[in-house]
Amino acid sequence: MAEDLPIKTILIANRGEIACRVNRAAKELGLQVVQVVSEADIDSLAARLADEVKVIGPPAAAKSYLDTDAILAAAKESGADAIHPGYGFLSESADFADAVEAAGLIFVGPSGDTIRLMGDKAAAREQARKVGVPTVPGSDGVIADMDAALELAEAVGFPVMIKATAGGGGRGIRIADDAETFRKLAPQAANEAKSAFGDGGIYVEKVIERARHIEVQVLGDGHDVVHFYDRECSLQRRRQKVWEEAPSAALNDDTRKRLCDAAVALARSVRYRGAGTVEFLFDDLTGAFHFIEMNTRIQVEHPVTEMICDTDLVAAMIRVCAGSPLGLTQADIAREGHAIEVRLNAEDPANAFMPFPGVVSRLKLPKGEGIRFDHMLYEGYAIPPFYDSLLGKLIVWAPDRAGAIARLEGALGNLEIDGLPTTAPLFAALAQDRDVQSNAVHTRWLELWLEHAADTLTKQGETTT
Amino acid sequence: MAKHEIKSPIPGTFYRKPSPNEPPFKEPGDKVTKGDTIALVEVMKTFHEIKADAEGTITSFPVDDGEPITAGLTIAELD
Repeated sequence: MAEDLPIKTILIANRGEIACRVNRAAKELGLQVVQVVSEADIDSLAARLADEVKVIGPPAAAKSYLDTDAILAAAKESGADAIHPGYGFLSESADFADAVEAAGLIFVGPSGDTIRLMGDKAAAREQARKVGVPTVPGSDGVIADMDAALELAEAVGFPVMIKATAGGGGRGIRIADDAETFRKLAPQAANEAKSAFGDGGIYVEKVIERARHIEVQVLGDGHDVVHFYDRECSLQRRRQKVWEEAPSAALNDDTRKRLCDAAVALARSVRYRGAGTVEFLFDDLTGAFHFIEMNTRIQVEHPVTEMICDTDLVAAMIRVCAGSPLGLTQADIAREGHAIEVRLNAEDPANAFMPFPGVVSRLKLPKGEGIRFDHMLYEGYAIPPFYDSLLGKLIVWAPDRAGAIARLEGALGNLEIDGLPTTAPLFAALAQDRDVQSNAVHTRWLELWLEHAADTLTKQGETTT
Repeated sequence: MAKHEIKSPIPGTFYRKPSPNEPPFKEPGDKVTKGDTIALVEVMKTFHEIKADAEGTITSFPVDDGEPITAGLTIAELD
């Protein structure tokens, strides 16, 4: 049944599994869906699910999914009232958010000004400090002068991370172990950021050894903000998350409360609207947590939060961005059980994670209580080679963490994607690992594990294909 | 008439330059030996080098820089 929203038709300015996910939330709200596609995505599942499809350009994302004018023209032609940017692409472009609003449409996300503030990582750190949220020891903002940068690196203590203010997806980051490497790497980080993002600003952060990546899901209506508890995403490969859990099993109740309150304080201080994530590094040795950045969009790993809080975050973000009040207080949000998400990519884990855009010849999906599969697949679908390799996400829920891992193993055993290799064997191996089972992991754990896991992954691959 | 064709083993986006601001790896008329990098193919946001699998002189690149290609497509012809 259609709710009383100022949105009747929503345009999805994204592709892949998140486009399918937004479609599902929009249908729940009774909205019409316009899907924009590149020429490479005319046959996509997202296109099949939509009420109307608009082709906006050739396969290259720069000429389609990143083309603001083409997207706005499609919105105008189809009479859409709102645009959902998903994650990636234009989801954290302040200029895009501004352009959508200037065209008289609703942007399903925060204001351009909020995106601008939180997207500038040095400014975001400053904002966090202002409201008393601890940050990783490091520079107070962008460092203009290399001598000053080195002095500061020595003051916080090596190793330090040199990060691009405008960086993202692991780009524009260097780690220096001493002054000599710092002198060499800092200009590199600045140059890489300048060419990739058009902004050569850098800042310095102390490297926390044995850190966990723990983040808090928030939702705001521009006035009030609530949180939906935490997720742990410490298992990462090349700074990309591959396995995510909710809640983190590393936090006690007191730390969890302080962490979630800090995230809400920060989001409230910028009058946050929409779904967002406040990311922290948690130091296992000291129990301290430090703010690293805020993502001003829905995230890939949002389903684990949806599973433990029994809520539809994508529908909720559409509602608040359409101007509806939150309609709930923190006391209304409960969590129950434990959820795990694994990212299935079209990559061969037994062959250095080589991407493999093949044809899905057969598809068998796991079903049952506590199992969810968010994806972009159907039998006969030819995965286009032009975009990232994420095919879908397997999400499981159980009353406790051990039960969730067991359910994940069972679900992986019932998942068959024939025609191309996927990262499923990696997760089958991880589910059996003693460190993973006892949650003795940190953000560099997976890279180290992978150095010794080649044999395991080859064997797993043989038994599952 | 080309004596040898170099094909891309993977689908993706074809690039003749190591990066947008650098000159192409090879131009028509250049000699190549086996193992020389002649192009890049971007597949799922990662880059893979295409190397010459024979010796000879490049006569043409049938695909334009930045164009999408399929696996098995000829990306260079040698004499």
